[in-house]
Amino acid sequence: MTAILPVLITAFLASSVEAIEMVTIVVGVGATRGWRSTLLGAAAGFVVLAVIVGVFGLALSAIPIAPLRLIIGALLLVFGLQWLRKGVVRVAARGFAGMQVDANKDTDVWTGKGVDWTAFVLSFKGVLLEGLEVAFIVVSVGATAGQLGVAVASGAAALLVVGAIGAVLSRLVARIPRSFLQLVVGLLLTTFGSFWATEGLGVSWPGGDVAILGLLALYLLTAVINISVERRGAHRGRLTVNLSEVAR
Amino acid sequence: MTRVTSWLVGFGRFWYRFIIGDDWTVAASVAIGLMVTGLLNGGQFPAWVVMPLVVIVMLRVSVQRSKRTKGDVGVTRTR
Repeated sequence: MTAILPVLITAFLASSVEAIEMVTIVVGVGATRGWRSTLLGAAAGFVVLAVIVGVFGLALSAIPIAPLRLIIGALLLVFGLQWLRKGVVRVAARGFAGMQVDANKDTDVWTGKGVDWTAFVLSFKGVLLEGLEVAFIVVSVGATAGQLGVAVASGAAALLVVGAIGAVLSRLVARIPRSFLQLVVGLLLTTFGSFWATEGLGVSWPGGDVAILGLLALYLLTAVINISVERRGAHRGRLTVNLSEVAR
Repeated sequence: MTRVTSWLVGFGRFWYRFIIGDDWTVAASVAIGLMVTGLLNGGQFPAWVVMPLVVIVMLRVSVQRSKRTKGDVGVTRTR
């Protein structure tokens, strides 16, 4: 019993951390770009993950995770920075009062008939990378302690619990104004992207995973400063226009 | 232009738009930042500092560029 409990708790908590990152990306992308392609991407990610886990099994820990982190992190960073810029510009332009945008008029919501590949690939990458990390945790913790079954059950339970919480939260997230959501998702993608890409190069972050919170706070501060600079610039522009109209 | 060439051009354009997006300087700065991080790794300088600096600088640069190109619903267009 004493051997089972530490494995159960360690595998569950460590898997939960990765599952939270996975669900954060899927919920954020789904609420911003639309759910159909996002869920298709997530499902495709789980299928590929299942194939990889099925083929490699215990040899999973031999797959090099660093190049994956570097490539996926770099892509998330490029996507995230562009979303963050759009979020900053739109929130600066419309403010918090006028941010509710009609989904049909918002250029970032996919209204076409086909698949929205941006949403598909973003959620696919999030599910595949984080799912692989859950699998690594389960295999390494379970195999080391000789309790693979317990570790697998804990990892699966973590995914189910965090996924269910994400499903409940997604309804609340859908009520958040879209421009603000774009800013938040841009912040999250930029944070995870810079964290993973740097880690993929073999660089250690001070504080390990806690550095994610530090990065998030730093980028949030940067976004807020940019928004206030843009709003001040717009206010100054309006004053100049009003003065020139008075002079005419 | 043959059908194959136009398909290749379309394919390349799709991936360019998909990966690079509407501001190529963002992708270029991320690539350069990662190269610098890789070069600094293992030295005395804390290499993890590079990417947060790239993000802070590039967000400002990209916001300024988007206003010039009017790519977003910017503050200059709301009057």
